[in-house]
Amino acid sequence: MSKAIAISRRELVAYFSTPLAYVFIVIFLALAGATTFYFGGFFQRGQADLQSFFSFHPWLYLFLIPAVGMRLWAEERKSGTIELLMTLPVSTTQAVVGKFVAAWLFTGIALALTFPIWITVNMLGSPDNGVIFAGYVASFLMAGAFLAIGSFVSALTRNQVIAFVISAAACFIFMMSGLEPVQSAFRGWASAFVVDLVASLSFLTHFDAITRGVFDLRDFIYLSSVIGVFLFANVVVVDLKKGS
Amino acid sequence: MSTMLEIQGLTKSFGPFTAVDDVSFSVESGEVLGFLGPNGAGKSTTMKMVTGFLSPTAGTAVVCGKDVTRDPIAVKRHIGYLPEGAPLYDDMTPAGLLSFVSDVRGLSGAARSTAIDHAVSRLQLDEVYNQQIGTLSKGFKRRVGLSQAILHDPDVLILDEPTDGLDPNQKHQVRELIGEMSKDKAIVISTHLLEEVDAVCSRAVVIARGKKVADGTPADLERQSTYYNAVSIRVHSDHVDSVQAALDGIGDVDRIETADTDGEIAHVIVVAKSGAAIVETVNARMREKGIPIEQLYVERGRLDDVFRQITGGRQGEIS
Ligand SMILES: Nc1ncnc2c1ncn2[C@@H]1O[C@H](COP(=O)(O)OP(=O)(O)OP(=O)(O)O)[C@@H](O)[C@H]1O
Ligand SMILES: [Mg+2]
Repeated sequence: MSKAIAISRRELVAYFSTPLAYVFIVIFLALAGATTFYFGGFFQRGQADLQSFFSFHPWLYLFLIPAVGMRLWAEERKSGTIELLMTLPVSTTQAVVGKFVAAWLFTGIALALTFPIWITVNMLGSPDNGVIFAGYVASFLMAGAFLAIGSFVSALTRNQVIAFVISAAACFIFMMSGLEPVQSAFRGWASAFVVDLVASLSFLTHFDAITRGVFDLRDFIYLSSVIGVFLFANVVVVDLKKGS
Repeated sequence: MSTMLEIQGLTKSFGPFTAVDDVSFSVESGEVLGFLGPNGAGKSTTMKMVTGFLSPTAGTAVVCGKDVTRDPIAVKRHIGYLPEGAPLYDDMTPAGLLSFVSDVRGLSGAARSTAIDHAVSRLQLDEVYNQQIGTLSKGFKRRVGLSQAILHDPDVLILDEPTDGLDPNQKHQVRELIGEMSKDKAIVISTHLLEEVDAVCSRAVVIARGKKVADGTPADLERQSTYYNAVSIRVHSDHVDSVQAALDGIGDVDRIETADTDGEIAHVIVVAKSGAAIVETVNARMREKGIPIEQLYVERGRLDDVFRQITGGRQGEIS
């Protein structure tokens, strides 16, 4: 445990020692604000909630999170530091979890920095703060799910650009699987069970439900399982690929 | 002396290609083992398996009683490792790196600061302690890599080309450091520099194409040289023929080579048959015939010859 924490701490410090962290945070905040106010019609809706804020998060995450995840393992393999890391007395699981948690905390910091909007909506009206809190939790979990996919993909290649493109594509497929174009593509030939299964894998379906205030534990469990499954696959891939 | 590292039938295949083929040897505490072989012989691959980075296709390594295939974490605790090329996190400072390695190795409190101070002073890292590793010179990077390897005072040190790319002064310092540390440790260094084997190693293992081809003290290896106990004679070039005539018919002489002629002085090498001691006889014959000798000495055997002989360097694989 303390080893995973040491790895997380090293990673987090590394984020903030390069411009990546600041660029990411500034862009995330700027886009989160812009989408909420311009596209989401925050004021026009005349409602004291943050639905217009949260509804754009999946789209922001779609390209910002792969940018954070792409370097996690690809860079270690490319620079050879994976040999330094994996010959220290740590297990692959500790290393995978340690690195993932650092990246997740980092996106959490960016998300937490959107707190002024929560304050604003409370000054303008009296929103359901429980729903907003659940929205933050769901957004954080979704960032984690995207990141777990990104970390897994990053372990498959030494090339960060490839890692970025593949994880963005994978996240996009996960996101869209509940939407009409994907559904109709399946409906033509697959059984209703398969169509429902594909729909149930959609990030958007689960995420929207939470931010709309429909509280179902299964949505949280779904996002957490995605994290679990991809981190497990991540451990397997690191073990297989570290020497090549 | 106790066995700290025991390599048993270690084998690694990459697809159809066998990079390391059934290699076995052991290293005792107090030994510095030079691990030699031409490029691509499998030295780094062997080290990666011993340090738990790669899993062997067959065989295993036992470090301080722990089997690397069964308990890799325990093995890693006992080992300090400098990977080939000393890969390091470029965006960290030596201070940050040593602190991270201490955390992961579970060093805390007084032990931690002593260990860090010790590593920093041994490798003279003070002046770059807070400089980004990515901006350091090659020599300093290598020293930072060494400092993290010795940080926890490990029982077994595995150093993959520790002096590669260092200037002669730093090479000397690193060799001194290895010598100092060898008292209570088992140390394995891979190297292409045969002079390094003479300078620091108490034993040498040579591998070629994944197989072990020699194992012994540097002196043992030198003895395998065709030039072991050969007699080098420098005479005026006018006398070369009479030297050859004088030495004709000595039973233990295999052949007589005339090496480079440096102006007036010729260099004749009398090669002994399977390392027999011929110097007395040669010297006596020379005196008998009254040939004036500029210089006469016995060859020790040349490591690089042995290296070429046993690793099949004729195929142009020599480093
Ligand atoms: N991941 C890998 N996949 C395929 N082949 C590999 C892999 N790693 C090493 N090899 C091959 O195994 C052989 C041994 O390589 P290794 O790096 O152990 O040699 P070495 O003795 O350390 O050489 P050098 O002196 O050049 O460092 C080489 O032919 C190399 O190409
Ligand atoms: Mg090598």
